[in-house]
Amino acid sequence: METVKQNIPVFTVAVGGAAGDGIKEGGLHLAELAQRLGCFAYLTMEYPSLIRGGHNFGRMTYGASEVHADHSALDAVIAMNAESALLHQDELKDDAIVFVDTPHAEALKDIGRKVVAIPMSQAVKEVGAPHAAGPSVGVGAYCYLAGLSRENAEALLGKIFGDILGGVAMNVALALRGYDAAKESGLTPRTELYVDGACAHTGVLLEGNKAVALGFLSAGLEFYIGYPMTPASGILHFLAKEAVGGALTVIHPEDEIASINMALGVAYAGKRVATGTATGGFALMQEAFSFAGVSELPLAVAVSQRQGPATGAATRTSQGDLRFVISSGHGEFPRMVIAPGDAEEAYTAGRIALNLAWKFQTPAIVLLDKQLSESYQTTVVDGAAKQITPHKAQEEGDYQRFRFSPDGVSPLAFPGTPNTKVKATSYEHDEFGIASDKPEMVQAMQEKRWKKMEGIRADAHNFETVKVYGDPAAKNAVIFFGSTKGSVLEAAKMIDTPLRLVQVLWMEPFPEEEVAKALEGAIRIIDVEANHNAQFAGLLREKTGIVCHEKILKFDARPFDPAVLAAELRSKLSLS
Amino acid sequence: MSLQLGTYAKISWCPGCPNNQILVAFRKAVTELCESGALKEENIVAAAGIGCHAKILDYLNMNTFNALHGRAIPAIEGVKAANPALTVVAFSGDGDSYSEGLTHLIHAAQRNSDINVFIHDNQIFALTTGQATATSPKGFKGLTRPSGSIEEPIDPLRMMMNAGATFVARTYAGEFEKTKEIMKAAIAHKGMSFIDIAQPCITFFDTRDFYKDNITWLPEGHNVTDLDAAYHATKQSDGKIPMGIFYQVETPTFEQQL
Ligand SMILES: Cc1ncc(C[n+]2csc(CCOP(=O)(O)OP(=O)(O)O)c2C)c(N)n1
Repeated sequence: METVKQNIPVFTVAVGGAAGDGIKEGGLHLAELAQRLGCFAYLTMEYPSLIRGGHNFGRMTYGASEVHADHSALDAVIAMNAESALLHQDELKDDAIVFVDTPHAEALKDIGRKVVAIPMSQAVKEVGAPHAAGPSVGVGAYCYLAGLSRENAEALLGKIFGDILGGVAMNVALALRGYDAAKESGLTPRTELYVDGACAHTGVLLEGNKAVALGFLSAGLEFYIGYPMTPASGILHFLAKEAVGGALTVIHPEDEIASINMALGVAYAGKRVATGTATGGFALMQEAFSFAGVSELPLAVAVSQRQGPATGAATRTSQGDLRFVISSGHGEFPRMVIAPGDAEEAYTAGRIALNLAWKFQTPAIVLLDKQLSESYQTTVVDGAAKQITPHKAQEEGDYQRFRFSPDGVSPLAFPGTPNTKVKATSYEHDEFGIASDKPEMVQAMQEKRWKKMEGIRADAHNFETVKVYGDPAAKNAVIFFGSTKGSVLEAAKMIDTPLRLVQVLWMEPFPEEEVAKALEGAIRIIDVEANHNAQFAGLLREKTGIVCHEKILKFDARPFDPAVLAAELRSKLSLS
Repeated sequence: MSLQLGTYAKISWCPGCPNNQILVAFRKAVTELCESGALKEENIVAAAGIGCHAKILDYLNMNTFNALHGRAIPAIEGVKAANPALTVVAFSGDGDSYSEGLTHLIHAAQRNSDINVFIHDNQIFALTTGQATATSPKGFKGLTRPSGSIEEPIDPLRMMMNAGATFVARTYAGEFEKTKEIMKAAIAHKGMSFIDIAQPCITFFDTRDFYKDNITWLPEGHNVTDLDAAYHATKQSDGKIPMGIFYQVETPTFEQQL
């Protein structure tokens, strides 16, 4: 694999093995190690939809400046079996080191890179650790490769392991066995791998799922109701843990349809609630999503895309559901769709979605994808900060749940309030909430609901709906949304031509003016997105009339690799 | 102060529809519960799915939640979980909860959610003008199988006992006083209360004469805590349809444990 020159070097270590080999934990430990060195880290996990066997792979890129995506060019691999190294043979840099569990070393003799046998499974057996602690031995070997002293390594390792896999002491012992084995092999340390980031940041490793959940919590989340589905399950699992003994209530009901309808009952009763699912589960929620619109119930939904159609590639990423999600629910009603590009933005999006859902009494979606939901990134968020936007409360006089008002927002009251009858209904209705299909009423209620969109648009100006990176005056612009942001920002580091990098965060309402302003004067616009039909480019054209001159599309259910994307961008840029 | 439970909405059920009797029984049950101080008007939420039965909400001047077809049950579970001080009742139909939303009915019973589910069981999809439901008798000639249905009907009471409901009853819409009393008992019960209300559809499946001749009430001595006895009591060899509270036990509710 060609090594691409970068202004600030980044390094990539991978850990691979079968499901059950502790690959995710191994990846996280590598990322924690990088963080402890004061570096920025980005970790992607790739895994098939199965519980044992298969090929699980964690890839962690780190460096002294912000890292927005992992890179495929590998400096080192920790391989629990031969397959894990062979599958990534083409990604190994010329000077890459392959740490392999000793019994599999023989199978790698023709791999053409330096192979170092580390007795990982043997060490685990000898110290009586769980099988999944194997990668900890490899992490120690990597410490040696990066030129850490044994004392320094021991001190750092004591901080990165946790209560799992046999505990801190046992894993430090395992890692030191790896360190010693690497040393005994006669390997020369590559001290450039020891990037002293000197604590350039105060970030923690955060994945999009946890970030959006923290964002919901910061807006006062009281209930979360969801049904497991990759890649959104992480939100449910994280919040379920948060809920133990706390004020938050988490319910996992019989299906997604129950989840969203239950959530609407919670909102009706006056509690701040969110649901979350993958796009397949969201497909099941469509009718109730529309119900939220007509009954003006505040609801935040986290929707994480995975490669479809249908069950698709269940554990792999995609941006193929943009059009589906922005058009979700039958009938016409206002909604918000925010598509964050990284964990920090996912946090903010979670907070905005829940707050604005309550302010405008209409559903709001945070659109994620597997790459964002499940990748860990050095992120700074203040998880404890609460920012709760109040809702319009009941006034004096006879209560009407759907009372007409200049801004379309009716006062919100909840059952349990004396002398107040609160009606919610999936039927079109009058101001009190009794079903009505009279033409004047049907029209007036739609106009009432759509008035809220004006308020939403005005409010959106308070938030970053569009971000521009790189050179804002460059003639060449790259436009993208969602997690593709990470790949684009990393790719841009490898390109000399000045680039204007435009990220659109709000998909609905679409920030027409801001996007047009961001693209003003650009003579070439390149669209980058992870789907077949260039859904975002189509949306951009529909909303603004702006046509992307070039498109880089990827629909193999994997994120863009920065180096590959950089090469594609360079070739588009060289077109006259 | 007496309750004003009626609204300005014009009743759109067929003249003489037994849904009216269910409406009156419910209003009366609520009035009596509020007057006795057992309940506060503002603390009641009535929900419904979609069907003729669901129109009941427009005729109730109280907190109401008209959910989607089949989805009243999860919605009121959400209401109850969010505010356990509320008393929640879902009106539903046999199409609404024995077909479309059956999963929710079963799981609400399984988790013993402290909700009340009153099924207007007219053995037909009425609002969609006459198709067989899961409780239509075999051979029923509906719009979707004009030659007669080929499926055996389910026994909703047994199904609910199996699922874990802690209050299982059947009543007949035409027996207004008894229906009211059973509704009151259901509302007083802590846990999942289920009432199958036999309700003739006078337009598409008029069973008034059948029920007049075939209703029988459970004997005084029926032991409501004996699941086996309750299970066997739902059917009689003489073809009569037993009515009353079949089963009632107290176990911890979902919301208490949440
Ligand atoms: C998702 C969905 N599917 C179908 C319908 C059409 N629909 C309206 S009412 C109904 C059946 C109602 O039957 P039941 O619940 O027994 O109520 P009834 O009208 O008999 O009181 C159906 C199928 C709908 N409203 N929504």
